[in-house]
Amino acid sequence: MGIMDAPPKDLTLDLSGRTLADVPVPSGREEEWRFTPLRRLGGLHTLESAASPALTIDAPASVTVTQASVDAPDFRPTDRLAVAALELSSSMTLVRVPADTSLAEPIVIAHRGDAVTASVVRIEVGTHARATIVIDVTGSGSHTAAVQLVAAAGADVSLLQVSDGDRDQVYAAQHALRIGADAVVRHIAVTLGGDVVRLVTSAQYDGEGGRLDALGVFFTDAGQHHEHRLFVDHDAPHCTSDVQYKGALQGEDAHAVWIGDVLIRAAAIGTRTYEMNRNLVLTEGARADSVPNLEIETGDVASAGHASATGRFDEEQLFYLLARGIPLVEAKRLVVRGFIGDLVARIPVATLRDRCMARVEQRLGDQDPRFAFEDAE
Amino acid sequence: MNMSTLEIRGLHVRVNTDQGPKDILKGVDLTVRAGETHAIMGHNGSGKSTLAYTIAGHPKYQVVEGSITLDGVDVLSMSVDERARAGIFLAMQHPVEVPGVSVSNFLRTSVTAVRGEAPKLRDWLKEMRGAMASLQIDPAFADRNVNEGFSGGERKRHEILQLELLKPSFAVLDETDSGLDVDALRIVSEGVNRVRATGKTGVLLITHTSRLLTHIPADFVHVFSDGRIIHEGGMEVARTIDAQGYEPFVGARA
Repeated sequence: MGIMDAPPKDLTLDLSGRTLADVPVPSGREEEWRFTPLRRLGGLHTLESAASPALTIDAPASVTVTQASVDAPDFRPTDRLAVAALELSSSMTLVRVPADTSLAEPIVIAHRGDAVTASVVRIEVGTHARATIVIDVTGSGSHTAAVQLVAAAGADVSLLQVSDGDRDQVYAAQHALRIGADAVVRHIAVTLGGDVVRLVTSAQYDGEGGRLDALGVFFTDAGQHHEHRLFVDHDAPHCTSDVQYKGALQGEDAHAVWIGDVLIRAAAIGTRTYEMNRNLVLTEGARADSVPNLEIETGDVASAGHASATGRFDEEQLFYLLARGIPLVEAKRLVVRGFIGDLVARIPVATLRDRCMARVEQRLGDQDPRFAFEDAE
Repeated sequence: MNMSTLEIRGLHVRVNTDQGPKDILKGVDLTVRAGETHAIMGHNGSGKSTLAYTIAGHPKYQVVEGSITLDGVDVLSMSVDERARAGIFLAMQHPVEVPGVSVSNFLRTSVTAVRGEAPKLRDWLKEMRGAMASLQIDPAFADRNVNEGFSGGERKRHEILQLELLKPSFAVLDETDSGLDVDALRIVSEGVNRVRATGKTGVLLITHTSRLLTHIPADFVHVFSDGRIIHEGGMEVARTIDAQGYEPFVGARA
């Protein structure tokens, strides 16, 4: 492919059935790669073989967890990394939540990384079942993961991806979500760690009345690259998608990328969609790229909108807080807490809420004990 | 009880503009003791607000000469937050919005910083609600984001709320009367007068009209022009300005 002045936007990028042999190695000029630092991917984009990561899965008794051969014909990979995950993984972790069950505790898939690995996880949640799944990524190494969630009709599922690796970790994943008729899927991305995190979330609807709430909270520190790409493919009538991502950035060469693509196809009448990304840049030298994109192919949309804004914690706000005696670190904590607090409050697992806030506050500086308010009364 | 004194001596201040450095304050001398109320009156652009922001430590203003001390301690070497914790307060003319930070959280964090320890929650809520009630601030304000969507009058009341809660030894009120209707002016003035009545706070009112002074009488009125104080007196100075403008003072100097 040659260099084009204005490459055509291909929202429907679908590499289903393709192999590594016929998906070119990205050069960095492609639309879907233009923000990603390929040299820092730990070779993931040229991968030819990979080990399997050690996944520790903690699931309630009613859930079945098995290792199966990779069989995910309905997974629509959108980039070479996802193709690599599907092709190079020796097996697939299959998690099944039976119909009409309601899990009291979350399923936790812990991925403590090392080496170079590829993995496929398929989560099937039966009709009218309720489940929360946490994918908790820590450690180091370079990883590509393909995660598929199939939420059957009427299911209510929360899938949380916590990217909290060491500062040298490279973690790339595509989460492919299939949302059944009248199902509710909450997808929550909490991105804190790593050197490079690239998380692609793609969603398709299998029936009418499905709902996707996609939330993201990220804190991008000096030198980190955090990229979130969302593609919501509205191809069924009367479905809803609500995408809300907020991130704070600080330090030299902190780089956050948010791409929000929503396609409303001709069949998807009565769609409601809204997507929002807000970034708070705390210092000089940090950069946030935010690209919402909405394409509508039907004349009958219930509501559609998007918002994107990147604000600076500006000198005047800082001066105001300082002039009230509040030390610099505490001022930043106050502002960041206030900025991301509403989304953090929507993380459905209390321990993850606390961990997210604690990690962010730790990155902002050491807590001054005078400000450790005891609010229990 | 510590009776504080703020002393400003030979203060020269410069700002960097697109056209290069510009001298704004050209030798200000002023002493304000706890319990005293001083007014600085002058035209827009005379440098009054620069004086206010320089005392508070805004980084835009560069002190090239002179000193500011609080009870003999060098204020200019302190950071902005250190000054506030040392007892200096600036009620701003245009306080900024702080999205996502609620008034109650902001006030409690500020009070904790200035007092050096977190007030007990129950005591704090009582104190905050009481202070809000006396300024006729709707209790629902506590949950709103700082200055977000506040009217001009609401912002000013919120500034005076902070003044009353922080109990500084020295307070600068920058154009606090601007944008206030008659009722709001009275409520805000009553708040300032409660602080004055404690006798523990030195107050510096910065204004270009005498409107505020009819509610908050000053012990000393200073006329400010071209970066320095050109005349000092009592309330009769404010009455002269009210009747004849700044001409009698500016003209006398020329």
